[in-house]
Amino acid sequence: MDGLKKVPVREQEPKVRAANFEEVCYGYNQEEAQAEASRCLKCKNAKCMGGCPVSIDIPRFIKEVETGDFEKAANIIAEASALPAVCGRVCPQESQCEGRCIRGIKGEPISIGKLERFVADWSREHGFVPKAAEVKNGKKVAVIGSGPAGLTCAGDLAKLGYEVTVFEALHEPGGVLTYGIPEFRLPKETVVRTEIENVKKLGVTIETDVIIGKSVTIDELMDEEGYEAVFIGSGAGLPKFMGIPGENANGVFSANEYLTRSNLMKAFRDDYDTPIVAGKKVAVVGGGNVAMDAARTALRLGAEVHIVYRRSEAELPARVEEVHHAKEEGVIFNLLTNPVEILTDEQGWVKGMIVRKMELGEPDESGRRRPVEIAGSDYTIEADTVIMSLGTSPNPLISSTTEGLEINRRKCIVAEEKTGQTSREGVFAGGDAVTGAATVILAMEAGKNGAKGIHEYLSRKKQ
Amino acid sequence: MYKILKAERLAEKIYLMDVEAPRVAKSCQPGEFVIVKMDEKGERIPLTICDFDRKAGTVTIVFQIVGASTQRMAEWKEGDAFQDFVGPLGQPSEFVKEDIEEVKKRKYLFVAGGVGTAPVYPQVKWMREHGIEADVIVGAKTKELLILEEPMREVAGNLYITTDDGSYMNKGMVTEVIKDLVVNQGKKYDVCVAIGPMIMMKFVCLLTKELNLPTIVSMNPVMVDGTGMCGACRLSVGGQVKFACVDGPEFDGHQVNFDEAMKRQQIYKTEEGRAMLRMQEGDTHHGGCGNCQ
Repeated sequence: MDGLKKVPVREQEPKVRAANFEEVCYGYNQEEAQAEASRCLKCKNAKCMGGCPVSIDIPRFIKEVETGDFEKAANIIAEASALPAVCGRVCPQESQCEGRCIRGIKGEPISIGKLERFVADWSREHGFVPKAAEVKNGKKVAVIGSGPAGLTCAGDLAKLGYEVTVFEALHEPGGVLTYGIPEFRLPKETVVRTEIENVKKLGVTIETDVIIGKSVTIDELMDEEGYEAVFIGSGAGLPKFMGIPGENANGVFSANEYLTRSNLMKAFRDDYDTPIVAGKKVAVVGGGNVAMDAARTALRLGAEVHIVYRRSEAELPARVEEVHHAKEEGVIFNLLTNPVEILTDEQGWVKGMIVRKMELGEPDESGRRRPVEIAGSDYTIEADTVIMSLGTSPNPLISSTTEGLEINRRKCIVAEEKTGQTSREGVFAGGDAVTGAATVILAMEAGKNGAKGIHEYLSRKKQ
Repeated sequence: MYKILKAERLAEKIYLMDVEAPRVAKSCQPGEFVIVKMDEKGERIPLTICDFDRKAGTVTIVFQIVGASTQRMAEWKEGDAFQDFVGPLGQPSEFVKEDIEEVKKRKYLFVAGGVGTAPVYPQVKWMREHGIEADVIVGAKTKELLILEEPMREVAGNLYITTDDGSYMNKGMVTEVIKDLVVNQGKKYDVCVAIGPMIMMKFVCLLTKELNLPTIVSMNPVMVDGTGMCGACRLSVGGQVKFACVDGPEFDGHQVNFDEAMKRQQIYKTEEGRAMLRMQEGDTHHGGCGNCQ
């Protein structure tokens, strides 16, 4: 075996998977995982750990994989992460742990993500259950939102003995893991539900259908229901639109709507009641991971799908793996192209989109080269469905109903990075609600920091 | 689970239910709405709050059969339970948040059409509880479709009922009653609140604009989450994009683009029609072209 190369991971054939919602990547089996683990140099000064936002002891768990003690490996990961089956699948490892792997200097880095996934899947299949705290301290903490930030914060606090209740606005917990990331990338029943059940087994209660700020306010939770601290991990759920003519036409959807219908409401399945407009020719506007998810969902529903993105391939914010998968499956990329107007028929349905060609100019604040319009380059593309995937911003429901909770001009909650402390005593926050839309693992880091912050605050308060 | 404590048929295709939902009952206000989901595979359905009992922890909903899901819901009885019942959603009616002395200075005219009578009721009731007599017009297609007449009579100032076919009380559209009250009888109103089918609200607004009568309407577009996340419910108000679920559902009716809103209501009509057919035809359903052997 070539030690410079990763053990390849088995995937569903692109042509086959483009027509189903089964998971794309099969993951390693035991032999493959052990072979990949044996490539690890077990560095004393392991750079990979510094790249992990939740600081998993990577060389230590990989060593256990190599020797075949998978339960021990699972325990090592569980010390730092409550959602390994999720992270192993959706973390941008290439820019985190694997990006720093010493093995990667000469050849390919260790497949840390796939190994994490293997351990997590192995534990699920073998009924491994994380240990709950032995002694409860009787203190109540409320966590708002059951996405990656909230679940991590709740899990960590429960391990410390707190009585934690997570409030979720939707009918199903998981946040973006449930409504946002599609089945073919993150299976709901096996992966997401199991990891949420594991958090519950740590002693966490999840109350769904509660909209904080409407059903009950943070002040009521603290004054009337006896919660001594609150962690806000409500994410960034509000979709953005471009503000171009025709955007309210029938057949224009936010990526959030399209994905929520398919993922949360399971509209892709005939036996569920929620409808979805599949589209025959779909244009997805945007180039992030969410745009790829929407495009690949539309593809699986039977459409011809175009990604319309105003910069070039090098600037696509989506993970390379996602772009690669989308291309393999047949998504067409219309790069350096920007929508100008959406055209409609007499009934108000989308029939096409006027787009403008772009070229790249000087780098902007984001460091990426700024797209500049090419005058007189407008042309029309045919489409019956347009999906806008331009990013999201935090929901103002909580900040507008919690007096004294400071927000910035982007409507993000202002919180200290290391502790999650907000401008209100006893109220902490983290994840997309604070940073604006980011990644699952960064939200988990914020959830961890929030749990630490709350523990310090409540320990201090006791004295 | 959220238990149904009472289920009642109000009129053809219109049903009322009292549902046990303590958190919603404790915090809801006139103008707000809820979303219900029957079971694992059900849709999220936005519904009007018709009444609430904070002590008993119950919320009263009223709905009309419009598709397969509401058809199935209509068959539910006392003792059945919703898997999900979430709310309150949306903004309360403006008067709830205003200085009560200011509200008392105004003369309100409520205009209710069909099943829209249900969301008007808690608003008029609120008025009554705060010592304000509001005039109410209730319109229905025909006598059999008129709902909540008695409860409304108890809380309204003057109650004017009209039916399209003249089978009960006045004959004609609600707009004709408004015209009669304001133009012929010279009544003065400061605010009109009109809730009913979109087409009714559109015509009420065209009239009240002429009469220079500020008008609030309550929009009921397609929705998924109801918390601002999906944007399915977006509409144009004064040229600006608004989300009915978090910015509304009540808006300045003179600013709403009704034509666009009515088109947007059609988005899932084909899918809904198919679902209805599937349910009606059961196992015999296979497209329905009539040519199959």
